[in-house]
Amino acid sequence: MRYIEPHAHMVSRTTDDYVAMATAGCVAICEPAFWAGFDRCSADGFRDYFRQLTEVEPRRAARHGIPHHAWLCLNPKESEDLALAEDVLALIPEFLDRPNVLGIGEIGLNKNSRNELRILERHVQLAVERDRLILVHTPHLEDKLKGTRLILDVLRAAGVRPGRALVDHVEEHTVRLVLDAGHWGGITLYPESKATPARAIDMVEQYAAERLWLNSACDWGHSEPLAVPRAALEMRRRGHSAAAVDALVYGNPLRFLSQAPGFRVADHVGGQA
Amino acid sequence: MTPHQEPWRRREALADLYYMDARARVLDLAAFLDRMDRAAGADDHRLRSLRAALATLADGKPERARRILEAWSDPTVEPAARADTKGATGAWPGL
Repeated sequence: MRYIEPHAHMVSRTTDDYVAMATAGCVAICEPAFWAGFDRCSADGFRDYFRQLTEVEPRRAARHGIPHHAWLCLNPKESEDLALAEDVLALIPEFLDRPNVLGIGEIGLNKNSRNELRILERHVQLAVERDRLILVHTPHLEDKLKGTRLILDVLRAAGVRPGRALVDHVEEHTVRLVLDAGHWGGITLYPESKATPARAIDMVEQYAAERLWLNSACDWGHSEPLAVPRAALEMRRRGHSAAAVDALVYGNPLRFLSQAPGFRVADHVGGQA
Repeated sequence: MTPHQEPWRRREALADLYYMDARARVLDLAAFLDRMDRAAGADDHRLRSLRAALATLADGKPERARRILEAWSDPTVEPAARADTKGATGAWPGL
């Protein structure tokens, strides 16, 4: 089996996780910028983090034969501090042209506040101006439905071409909103929140499977770096063909991510995308 | 293969795959509610959200997962004045 992990926070994972993912057939990893578990004090902390995402982590992944890609932003959990957010927004263009950078992400909302919305709009504006792909985080739990609607309004108002933005962490109450707006949808496989493999496959069977992908979003919290291949096995157990599984865990992310010029998969599955 | 011959569209095949897991989750939920009943104090919005979901589970109508998630969601439409916390509880506190 081959698969692309389109959303993993590898800075918080061990080398053993890289080994396990490579062993399971992972041929590319994409790492969005996210919240460190605490608020950073200054833009300098983000400068170091962006260096980690564009210099250090690609080297770690390469030791296991996996191309590593990054998305850059200030996470919505840190958007309440507008001065810090503006400093980080000013910093991002310095890193955008680095070879493993896919675009702006994971931007979005967390508690659906006015400041979060303002910084989301600024990130979207930057992506549109630089013609970059967008990866959007939707809020957790009870905040997801409202936040997804607000996010879709922002993308629409900014004139984002729908096929250039993936709205992540969709569940049964938001997947249709995202797909009907023409965007791509990401289903995140978490042990407790977001979606289980069984629910994820239910959504794939019912909706536009050609614009959905699965991801583990593994980070420092309760998460599973092998969630995507495990969901693939679940899909096979349910009776789906190997071709249908390959289309979901490899073909779909390949089609979306190949819109970024620098995206590539491991050579042993066919070279550059 | 016609649509209803596909394994994932046959009820017996799905029950073979998922019944034991669903059974365990139902018992865990039952035991959790029993545990809460034995404890002192009042229900908060999280308990109310689970009790409300039980009615949806039993109503025999489709798209239970979507409808439960919607019922647990913040129904307001205006952005919040500010983010006073980073976390979420799993159900809208106004429930």
